[in-house]
Amino acid sequence: MNPPDITLVPLLFASIFTSNILLANFLGMCSFISISKDMQSSNGLGMAVTLVLFLTSGLNWIVYHMVLVPLGLVYLRYIIFIIVIASMVQITEMVIDRVSPKLYITLGIFLPLITVNCAILGVSLFMEIREYSFTQSLVYGLGSGLGWWLAIMLLSAIRKKVEKGPVPAALKGPGITVITIGFMAMAFIGFGGMLPVQ
Amino acid sequence: MSSAAAPGPILRENLWTNNPIFMQVLGICSALAVTNLLVNTVIMTIAVVAVMGMTNLTVAIMKSLIPRKVRMMVQTLIIASYVIVVDIILRAYVPDISRELGPYVGLIITNCIIMGRAEAFAQSNRPLISMWDGMTSGMGYMGVLLSIALIRELLGFGSLFGYQVMPAAFEPWIIMVMPPSAFFVLGIIIWIGKAIMEREGAPA
Repeated sequence: MNPPDITLVPLLFASIFTSNILLANFLGMCSFISISKDMQSSNGLGMAVTLVLFLTSGLNWIVYHMVLVPLGLVYLRYIIFIIVIASMVQITEMVIDRVSPKLYITLGIFLPLITVNCAILGVSLFMEIREYSFTQSLVYGLGSGLGWWLAIMLLSAIRKKVEKGPVPAALKGPGITVITIGFMAMAFIGFGGMLPVQ
Repeated sequence: MSSAAAPGPILRENLWTNNPIFMQVLGICSALAVTNLLVNTVIMTIAVVAVMGMTNLTVAIMKSLIPRKVRMMVQTLIIASYVIVVDIILRAYVPDISRELGPYVGLIITNCIIMGRAEAFAQSNRPLISMWDGMTSGMGYMGVLLSIALIRELLGFGSLFGYQVMPAAFEPWIIMVMPPSAFFVLGIIIWIGKAIMEREGAPA
C-alpha cells in the first residue's frame, strides 16, 4: 500500500475547507437541507456527524485492511461498511446514553438519522479509493465531520435571514436554500488552489 | 400520497407532481457530483433506476418475511446487494466511466429516495406494481439530473455527450464545471418546476 503524499495538517484543513465533504462532494445533503431550518438541531446533528465520522473512518479502515483485503472479499465492502456504520451508530447511542444523559437529549434523536447520511459512507469510500493510511483516514474523517458541522451551522444562520427576505413564492424553501448552498460552495472552494487534497 | 395503484397515475405522480427532487430535495447527494458530464449522468441514473426497481420488487415480495423491527436494516442490505451487482457490471462493461464515478456508485445505497419508496410503497403493495413505482421514481430523478447535466455540459464544455456542439468562438463557462454550479442549476430548475406546478394549481 502506498498512501498519498499529503501531510496531516494540510489534509485536515483541506477536508474542512477547500474540499468540504458537503460543498465540494455533495455528500450528506438530505439531512443538511431538512435540518438546517433550526440552528440548535443543526448544532446537535453536526456534533453527532463529526463524532460518528471520526469513529467509523478509523474502524472501517481497520475492517477493510485487516479483514476484507486478506480474505479477498473487497467486493463486499459496501455491505460491510454500512453494517459497521449502523452498529457504530447504535453503540455510540448506548454509550452516550450511559455516560452523559444530558448530551443524549441533545444528540439522541439525531443519531439514527446518521446511518443514512451519505457523508459517512462517502468518507469511508473516499478513504479506500484514495488509499489513505490509518492516521490519514482518522484525520480525514475528523476534518470532514468538522467541515460538515461548520457548513450546516453557517447555512442555518443564513437561512434565518433569507426567510425574512422577499423571495419569489416558487423559489421559497428548497429552491433558495439550494442556491444559497451554491454561494457557500463558491466561497469555500475559492481557496481550492492553495490546498489540493488529491 | 394517493393510494391509486394504477400504472398511469403512478407514472405521472412520480415523474412530475410528486417528483422527489422538486418536492423534498431528497437523494441528490449521490448524484449531483456526476452531473458535469451527460454520459456519466446517464450511466449513473440508469443504475439508480435499476436498483430502485429491483429493490422495490424484492421488498414487496419479501414484505411478509421481514420482521417489522429490523426492516430498515434489511432494506438497506437489499439495496446494498443490488448496488454491488450494478458496480460489478459497470466495472466490467464501462471501466472508464466506473472509475470516474468513483465512490458515487456505492453511495446509491444511502440515496434516501430508494429507501423512502421501499418504505412508502413497496411495503404495502404488490410486487409488479412496486417495481413499476420504483422505476418511475427513478426516472423522475433521472429527468431532473439529466436536465442539470445538459445545462452544465453545454455551458461548461460546449459539448453534448462529448460531441462539440457550440461554435468554436464559444467561451466555456468554467464555473459550470465546478461544484457550485450544480447547486445553482438545481435551484433554478426547482424554481421553474414549482412555478409551473403552481400555475397548474397542483398542491405545491
